[in-house]
Amino acid sequence: MQHLIETKDLTFAYRKAERDGPDASSVSLVLSDLNFAIEPGSFVAIVGANGSGKSTLAKLFNGILLPSGGRAYVDGMDTLDERLILEIRRRVGLVFQNPDNQIVSNIVEDDVAFAPENLGIAPTEIRERVDEALKAVGMYDLRRHAPHLLSGGQKQRVAIAGVIAMRPKCIVLDEPTAMLDPVGRKEVLETIRQLNREHGITVVLITHHMSECIDAARLVVMANGEIVLDGTPQTIFTQVEQLEEIGLTVPTTTALLHKLKAEGIDLPLNALTIDDCAKVIVDTM
Amino acid sequence: MPPILQTENLTHIYSVGTPFERTAIRAVDFCAQKGEFLGLIGHTGSGKSTLIQHLNGLLRPTSGTVLFDGRDIHESKQETRNVRFQVGLVFQYPEYQLFEETVYRDIAFGPRNMGLDETEIDARVREAAALVGFKEKHLDRSPFALSGGQKRRAAIAGVMAMRPSVLILDEPTAGLDPRGRDEIIHNIRTFRKETDATVIMVTHSMEEIARAVDRVVVMNDGEIAMSGTRNEVFARGEELHGMGLDVPEITRIVMRLRSLGLDLPPDLFTIDQAAKAILSLKGGRD
Repeated sequence: MQHLIETKDLTFAYRKAERDGPDASSVSLVLSDLNFAIEPGSFVAIVGANGSGKSTLAKLFNGILLPSGGRAYVDGMDTLDERLILEIRRRVGLVFQNPDNQIVSNIVEDDVAFAPENLGIAPTEIRERVDEALKAVGMYDLRRHAPHLLSGGQKQRVAIAGVIAMRPKCIVLDEPTAMLDPVGRKEVLETIRQLNREHGITVVLITHHMSECIDAARLVVMANGEIVLDGTPQTIFTQVEQLEEIGLTVPTTTALLHKLKAEGIDLPLNALTIDDCAKVIVDTM
Repeated sequence: MPPILQTENLTHIYSVGTPFERTAIRAVDFCAQKGEFLGLIGHTGSGKSTLIQHLNGLLRPTSGTVLFDGRDIHESKQETRNVRFQVGLVFQYPEYQLFEETVYRDIAFGPRNMGLDETEIDARVREAAALVGFKEKHLDRSPFALSGGQKRRAAIAGVMAMRPSVLILDEPTAGLDPRGRDEIIHNIRTFRKETDATVIMVTHSMEEIARAVDRVVVMNDGEIAMSGTRNEVFARGEELHGMGLDVPEITRIVMRLRSLGLDLPPDLFTIDQAAKAILSLKGGRD
């Protein structure tokens, strides 16, 4: 099976500004020689400290940024091929932190229709896609509302619907919950899970909140522009010390189990959900 | 002694007389006591940011008053100007407002606006830089060459350098990695210890509320819905959930353990507390 996203020796460097120092012509390497693939239909979480290259990688996935070296392929299409860029952006949609920066219209359904309209799609099909997208994120009942009156979580779901209306194969979300309250955060995560499970959309979730990764099938840890760990959340989160060394942490569940283990209680560290965590603690009692 | 900051019957309506008219906060009686570390929580759009922008005079009340040290902050232009320096406000994502050529000059911007002389400005910059953990070498760098967490700390230092008696921060840890979040909370605590300032922190993180603050004020739909200690507020988990909020995740684990029959106290809000309680329970059983 073909990979949905694939990178080959992918390198990305920003040119340093002159004011940043005497070595004015030098470049700052953000990603170096990354070889990495994402399978269709998977749910991949990416974590890493600020500046580890996560957001840069996300923007390379749909040609907002282009490789300085190596290649990034989407559905086999090279992002460096200008003729393919529109097709690539239809396959991979991006959602960012701040929903207020992503909403353009005064009515929810107009906002969701914005991208398909720009693709020149026929009005009847736009109608169909908008309804489908709003239902997929649970915002259909509020389709005639004004976005500025919605909660943060609802706004972010509208932003996600705007991407879904493009019928992408993959959505990449860059810290989509960073500005949301606890309930808004849950709404968005639940929406993401459903899009993956029920609609088969490939999800790449970039986050600083370790608890948000526990539903992903695969967790990728980045540090200094490289992938340092790649596996299931269950295996990666048992490496508590190694994660702390690179400025990260583990979910609250693992942190509690780790603490109890350090005090001599024999229990597994891979119970990530609240229910599983409570169960393994009760089992030791 | 009057509270350092207080609002009486404070209401703010945006875009009065237009179709977009919207009441952001309604009849809010808020107070912060001198020296306390206050956490302000509430769902997105609950009015937190509107409230704090009144506390240093950036927004004018539609009705009601704001008192600093017992005096109306809009009593005179001079008083309003004084309050701008006494009540330091750190906005969301303050690093977007960095603009100078060096970290030093950026931190110096506030003190310079206060009309201080160069020696005093220099002392303030060095003091604030130390409070956020910057070394000498950082001061000559371009703020744009710093990491995300460092940029955030440089911007916060710029407000600390004005030596405000009240420091207000709007989601100071949003978008930072776990280490960056810890560093910011640590910097705020250091600032408070060294200056005895009052701190008001807006956050969406219940974990930060559990770890850092003395008292919590909860806003809901433009009104103050609760105010009390961490234990008092987190004891009302159901109500919090109805307001878009929650208890810390560790508390949810404790609730689950209680429902499975473990005799743990309900008021455990940090991992250390929970681990200790589980260990002592196990100790009693073995």
